[in-house]
Amino acid sequence: MIPISYYLILSTIIFTLSIAGIFLNRKNILVLLMSLELMFLSVNFNLITLGNYLGDLTGQVFVFFVLTVVAAESAIGLALLIVLFRNKKTIDVDDLSELKG
Amino acid sequence: MNIELITFFIFSFLLIVTSIKVITSPNPVLSAIYLVFSFFLSAVLWLLLGAEFLSIILILVYVGAVMVLFLFVVMMLDINIAKKSAAYIKYLPVGVGVFIIFNVLIIFFFINTFENINYNAINSINVISESNTENLGYVLFTDYIVEFEIAGLILLLGILSAIVLTYRKNPNNKYQNPTEQIDVEKKDRLKIIKGLKE
Repeated sequence: MIPISYYLILSTIIFTLSIAGIFLNRKNILVLLMSLELMFLSVNFNLITLGNYLGDLTGQVFVFFVLTVVAAESAIGLALLIVLFRNKKTIDVDDLSELKG
Repeated sequence: MNIELITFFIFSFLLIVTSIKVITSPNPVLSAIYLVFSFFLSAVLWLLLGAEFLSIILILVYVGAVMVLFLFVVMMLDINIAKKSAAYIKYLPVGVGVFIIFNVLIIFFFINTFENINYNAINSINVISESNTENLGYVLFTDYIVEFEIAGLILLLGILSAIVLTYRKNPNNKYQNPTEQIDVEKKDRLKIIKGLKE
């Protein structure tokens, strides 16, 4: 059998990798959104693992809702990205300094 | 070493490798494809935890819908493949430092908290039957019915906002306006001229 802490350590590693990805990929908002998806994946890992640990199905129900919200979020994010590219011809984070005074 | 533990180690190693490739590959198409691989691998790991329905949903919804959406956006945007820029080199120590510090802190906590309990993952949670899908459906439609409806509303909101954000009206389009067509009266169209002699 697999100890529960292995799953938690795995999800921690994925979460920190996605944080590092947000720091590294500042040239491309698209890859930044992909690191966000990885982050949601690790959160879902934690929910399923701890639901299993507590013997409760609520964790899996919450993963279901998280998947719903993430689908809507990525649709809106990609729509915003397309509007941004249409107006500015770039998806670099450093070029988005419109509000600088 | 039993077969479950070996499966877990193989798939978690591959999952970490594909996650690293997602955040470091220079081409966004490659990143998206590695993200698809990592979703498949984590679906296998969720099967080991006894969440069969969610692992199938992860493949169907994520790989089938969300990642295809990502790939379409990559194809629509005309971006050149960026080289490793100065900003990448500048932020590389920050990323590696954050990775190491968070990992050490959280893994230390987890080992201290969960190693003493020595709890092994169980295969399934039974509420009304053996099937995971049946149990999940039972809980979802009794205890969480209001949240289920709210999830539907959130999806509707996602559809509406994506359409409203990206919709562009083409001035060259020719289309009929039924309201104006119905509102037309006889005197708008027909002009009677009296006293005109040939």
